[in-house]
Amino acid sequence: MTRLVYFAWVRERIGKGEEDIDLPADVTTGADLLAHLKTLGDGYAHALEHENVIRIAINQEHVEHDEPIAGAREIALFPPMTGG
Amino acid sequence: MAGAAPAPVIVRVQRDDFDVAAETARLVAGGASAGAIVSFTGLCRDEGGRLSALELEHYPGMAEAEIERICLAAVTRFSLLGIAAIHRVGRIAPGQNIVLVIAAAPHRHAAFDGASFVMDYLKTSAPFWKKEHFADGSEGGWVEAKDSDDTALEKWS
Repeated sequence: MTRLVYFAWVRERIGKGEEDIDLPADVTTGADLLAHLKTLGDGYAHALEHENVIRIAINQEHVEHDEPIAGAREIALFPPMTGG
Repeated sequence: MAGAAPAPVIVRVQRDDFDVAAETARLVAGGASAGAIVSFTGLCRDEGGRLSALELEHYPGMAEAEIERICLAAVTRFSLLGIAAIHRVGRIAPGQNIVLVIAAAPHRHAAFDGASFVMDYLKTSAPFWKKEHFADGSEGGWVEAKDSDDTALEKWS
């Protein structure tokens, strides 16, 4: 099981802030994860429609979309940040 | 001669307001080597009366960790004597504080640059998001990230 957490409009569109899911063996990178999640329902497809704007963090550190996700305890998906 | 103590790095994410004078005093307590302190306070605008509040969401754990990474980079790069970064979350009304950055250094240029560096990176890489609430009671949606915030980083590269 992998813990996924979502924030801001990604969270709102998916309809939940976190979940634990089993990932298929062929989901090996952040980009694979986005593609897989988009098949899980309309909310996911809407949230992740523009994959290039989605930011990914693994174990609370920013990563690129081609980063391997093997061994990740927590993967976060969120929009560009607007703090400060 | 004893080695210099590590520069204090104070990072907090909180719902409550902060007191700039108290935080400044805390940052430089225990030393008198600072010749310059620059503090930046970011506030919630009312956007010409359109806005009733901003709602600040964050990624607990990562938000603090990311700000700390930025602060440590600033301490190293500008040889700061101390840095504090405090970011509020929750519902914030126009005129209220959102964020505070205080940089202490021997001289002014490092203090200005340190505070500016931390704010520039905080805006683009610390996981916070703002949602607008309008004065007419409607929910205004999520604030979009600005390209100008990304280009602001170029001066540090």
